[in-house]
Amino acid sequence: MHEMSIALSIVETLDAKAREEGAGRISGIDLVIGKLAGIEPESLRFCFSAAAKGTLAEEALLAIEEPEGLGECGECGITFPVSFYYAECPECRSLRVKIVSGEEFVIQSITIEDQEGE
Amino acid sequence: MCDTCGCASEGGAVLRKPGLNDYHVHISESGHNHEHTHEHGHHHQGRSRTLVLEQDVLHKNNLLAERNRGYFEARNIFVLNLLSSPGSGKTSLLEKIIPALQQHIPVAVIEGDQQTTNDAERMQALGVPVIQINTGSGCHLDALMINSAVKELELHDNSLLCIENVGNLVCPAMFDLGEALKVVIISVTEGDDKPLKYPNMFHEADLCILNKMDLLPYVDFDANKCRENAMRVNHHLEWFEVSAKTGEGVDAWQDWIKNKLKQH
Repeated sequence: MHEMSIALSIVETLDAKAREEGAGRISGIDLVIGKLAGIEPESLRFCFSAAAKGTLAEEALLAIEEPEGLGECGECGITFPVSFYYAECPECRSLRVKIVSGEEFVIQSITIEDQEGE
Repeated sequence: MCDTCGCASEGGAVLRKPGLNDYHVHISESGHNHEHTHEHGHHHQGRSRTLVLEQDVLHKNNLLAERNRGYFEARNIFVLNLLSSPGSGKTSLLEKIIPALQQHIPVAVIEGDQQTTNDAERMQALGVPVIQINTGSGCHLDALMINSAVKELELHDNSLLCIENVGNLVCPAMFDLGEALKVVIISVTEGDDKPLKYPNMFHEADLCILNKMDLLPYVDFDANKCRENAMRVNHHLEWFEVSAKTGEGVDAWQDWIKNKLKQH
């Protein structure tokens, strides 16, 4: 259940960042979680609501973008969508596939509201 | 277009801080381009700001892991992160190889488990410096735990440090500890499709050890198929077949470690 420790770490980082900016609360958080990142977005959402209790992120809306995995064939060089690490090149059947996208796990941005904003 | 994040913000003011290349704040009156601010219904203009962070979620762990790595490199400490499901024989394998390796190089161990110091006690019996990390409810070791643990261990320069991670084939794959190599261990009493079921772990590993080879005649496990499955997930994976109980194949792995130590 690494989603819980990850949710706690996201909340801690963003709460500190929002305080540094003098914000009253965080209203939105944009995350990018690639389909191959090893994170279940639904599980993260579930943990997030618990992790955010009592912080500036408590009411934040979580928007999660999930880019598809992309592999590049080490033999013939074509790029194609992959959903697993054990992808096979659809052209030449090679297993020498390098994952070029889909492993992202990034806090893209947050929206903060000023203290007197309510 | 913003040169840091590539967003389409034009002419808006951007806050930056010296020396922090990733950090910049777009100040926009309308708040946010994304839908959810509108759904949200906070219409007070000018009070909502979007901070573009583009920060890796594991940023903090990764930074600390790099700090650990730098420390290990400076002191020429070769670090292995051992990963497996519970019961595949990580501790037994260490018990088998450490006495022989100790003849060549000082060895230390960090043990990770949710509870108990059972494994650390087994390591202590070998006469190596050892520290146990009990993660409580935690399912993996992280770079901070290692950072704290090494401060408590008397590590020698030019030595080998084995980190035995929490028994789990999922979560520990995500957390860089600052190790030189990740070693994943499976045993023939598990399924030969394990690399396909837990691809993240096998994708991250540098080396795979198939343990309990002495039990192969009694179980329904195809070692070649397992290797093939592992290679499909990660074609760079090195492969060893051993039995920590009988010692079969252990020498080959020991020689591999000794070679790595020379190159390190």
